[in-house]
Amino acid sequence: MNLLFETSREGHGCSILPPCDVPVTSLPETELRRKELRLPQLAEVDISRHYSALERRAHGVNNGFYPLGSCTMKYNPKINDEMAALPGFAGIHPLQPAHTVQGCLEVLATAEQYLCEITGMDAMTFQPAAGAHGELTGLLLIKAYHQSRGDTGRTKIIVPDAAHGTNPASAAMAGFTVVNVPSNDKGCVDLEKLRAAVGPDTAGLMLTNPNTVGIFDEAILEITKIVHDAGGLNYYDGANLNAVMGVVRPGDMGFDVIHLNLHKTFSTPHGGGGPGSGPVGCKQLLADFLPLYYAKKAGDGYAFVQPAQSVGSVKAFYGNFLVVVRALAYLFTLGGDGVREAAQNAVLNANYLREKLKDTYEVAFDGICMHEFVLTLEKLKKEQDVSALDVAKTLLDHGIHPPTMYFPLIVHEALMVEPTETESRETLDAAAEIFRSVYEQALRDPQSLHDAPTTAPVRRPDEVAAARNPRLRYQF
Amino acid sequence: MGSYVPTTKEERRQMLDFIGLASMDDLYAAVPASMKIDHVNLPDGKSELEVRGMMEEIAGKNRVFPTIFRGAGAYDHYIPSIVKSVVSKETFLTAYTPYQAEISQGILQSIFEFQTMICELTGMDAANASVYDGASAAAEAAAMCRERRRTKTLVSAAAHPMVIRTVQTYCEASGTEVVLVPVKDGKTDSEALVSLLDDSCACFYLQQPNYYGLIEDAAALGELVHQKGAKYMMGINPIAAALLKTPAECGADVAVGEGQPLGMPLSFGGPYLGFMACTQAMMRRLPGRIVGETADTDGERAFVLTLQAREQHIRREKASSNICSNQALCAMTASVYLAAMGARGLREAASQCCSKAHYAAAALKRAGFPLRYQGDFFHEFVTDSPVDAETVLKKLEAYGILGGLPIEGGILWCVTEKNTRAQIDRLAELLKEVSGK
Repeated sequence: MNLLFETSREGHGCSILPPCDVPVTSLPETELRRKELRLPQLAEVDISRHYSALERRAHGVNNGFYPLGSCTMKYNPKINDEMAALPGFAGIHPLQPAHTVQGCLEVLATAEQYLCEITGMDAMTFQPAAGAHGELTGLLLIKAYHQSRGDTGRTKIIVPDAAHGTNPASAAMAGFTVVNVPSNDKGCVDLEKLRAAVGPDTAGLMLTNPNTVGIFDEAILEITKIVHDAGGLNYYDGANLNAVMGVVRPGDMGFDVIHLNLHKTFSTPHGGGGPGSGPVGCKQLLADFLPLYYAKKAGDGYAFVQPAQSVGSVKAFYGNFLVVVRALAYLFTLGGDGVREAAQNAVLNANYLREKLKDTYEVAFDGICMHEFVLTLEKLKKEQDVSALDVAKTLLDHGIHPPTMYFPLIVHEALMVEPTETESRETLDAAAEIFRSVYEQALRDPQSLHDAPTTAPVRRPDEVAAARNPRLRYQF
Repeated sequence: MGSYVPTTKEERRQMLDFIGLASMDDLYAAVPASMKIDHVNLPDGKSELEVRGMMEEIAGKNRVFPTIFRGAGAYDHYIPSIVKSVVSKETFLTAYTPYQAEISQGILQSIFEFQTMICELTGMDAANASVYDGASAAAEAAAMCRERRRTKTLVSAAAHPMVIRTVQTYCEASGTEVVLVPVKDGKTDSEALVSLLDDSCACFYLQQPNYYGLIEDAAALGELVHQKGAKYMMGINPIAAALLKTPAECGADVAVGEGQPLGMPLSFGGPYLGFMACTQAMMRRLPGRIVGETADTDGERAFVLTLQAREQHIRREKASSNICSNQALCAMTASVYLAAMGARGLREAASQCCSKAHYAAAALKRAGFPLRYQGDFFHEFVTDSPVDAETVLKKLEAYGILGGLPIEGGILWCVTEKNTRAQIDRLAELLKEVSGK
């Protein structure tokens, strides 16, 4: 289909602004741009149809099953979007005086209270805009804590090899050296290797629990104790909180600081890759280091306070506020019992689908899983030369968004499946049927999987050529 | 209690049976009993109707100002209806990062169009799919410019304080130094810049127009920076970009900015949009997602996430940044805004901002609020205040007007195309009453 620039026609346009009602002031010629500004010239109807066509060439949770592991693609309730669009939220300038933004501050303070209750933390900032942004923020809290105690030798962050790639990347950005610890054969933390890795240079450990293979690490209390005993702090990557919220709290597992992904666990839409929200919660010992602009109850109302030894700011203002509004509406809807119900059913759905698939596909790790599970297609790859990628691309022809591919790195030919709690049994049954038929197709006619997809808007794009000869913009 | 779980109790029981478990609790056998909680200490869940009431009540505790003369990093521009309509489309809202290119062409193409428009606005060669906001974009830009022997970042003290703070936070995190270049008469002091530039400087960040609204001599400053072998980063206002010399024309190596003026509501500070563009030479140092054009196996045009070898999921601790998501929906918002305005409309909006700000500055001067600084400005300006700024703002508030932001003993005003002549006249009248002029 055409790009906006290709549909553009000289002289077309929309009628948006009235004529200027004051005398025109022109800036001096020397200040002005010489390069022509080439933006598309389109009537409103052209714009409308362009984006409707783009919408048809995309796939959202509204279009079908989206079991993208580690991303928690649950249904995004519509009331939340409507509440975020209220003029009383969307129309508020971030630098209005405090007495005119009491509602906004109440949103932040209430969301903090609810989420601290769910996670077992004492304080929370909403400034980070995404999970990785939260990781950076949380690590800065850990760094500031050690420095405030004059404990300057703690330069290392321990990260299991099964961790999300953002963990080591965030640790490096926060100025730490990363120590990778191998997982054991169950995909969990190898306690002996962890013991060997900690020491007087340990600043902390970053961990996801349930971990990235979808297993709750039973040794969690021992893990966090090993780190604490060595003088380090424990960081909880909240990517997988959807499995355990309302059942067990990171704060009770021995974690000192966490980030959440409101766009995963708390149902806010992913927006094609953002905006998300990655609030960071911490225990009291870290609260003084939180970023600037912390909303707090003050007398009858609320006020922004600046934590005494704040690490500063990771962005302007107070975070992706309208995302927090959506999450709060979701929390109001679910309440305490609903939060627990969501987690339980996320785990139930994952185990149900796993049970349905386990005789066809090889599940990477045995036993009851949490909210997601990992399949390994190593055998299929070896015997039929059909890869995880081929299976994923074939699923596209069946209207299913494929699971996360090739993650975690410790599993070969991995497909990571996370159905979430908002899928019905019928959807899971139908998906299981499709997964099975694709497997049979791989045994029968492997070539057809290499050729997939055939019904999507495009066939497989040449990614190598894209990277070798980057074309990152339209050439007029 | 509200719920979005579609299965019935009976279905859940059957599903447990199928797995071979007796209860939901059995799903959590791996969780040590000592840690488990049996309930969450929160109010009961509510119906949709009740939730609407609760949220509306909270929103009602905020004051929505019908007239706004405040900017300082968040700008009240008109948002065409088509913008809101397009970005409310359910698929755009609920899709995730376009990992599966074949079924994500819609999202990928929209980002490619966005990247093209950002290149057009800035004059630069390449742009990424966006980052969190303008402040984090500036911080990421500083990281792009860092080299082994050149690590120091110079930042104009006339940049937005929150941008400065964010750059400082990121740089401190990586153990690199930030030095502020002082302000003289409301603009970056070029002599001070020269004296601070040395072989350890990686880059210099300039905001255009600056925090005080003034238009900096960006090309001349850029030349000074390049003479000392450092990189030049500019943070620009995307509406002003329709009129002002492009960062490329000013010699910038990296151009960033806050994209909120391009169709995003004020939203109490977010979600906003950080845009980033750079020269061809710097392209592979850009952080975050980048969309590229290629062809599929049938030779048809297709778009993909590209240059991923820079990114965290491949390079882990050696990645150019930890950024994983972008602000895709906000980037689309900006694209639709720019498509609806077109170059003519954007220039008109920019010209009206500039004209009305100058009209307002003259009216405010007559009302006893003279301009603090000489020099060309775009749509923001600082005045002195003959009486305490808080008194002035209280008065305006009583008339439904959000006045300028009190800074450094004066007031930073902002006027956009949304402000009518009548509103500006009214503002001046009220100020006259306060000042007694």
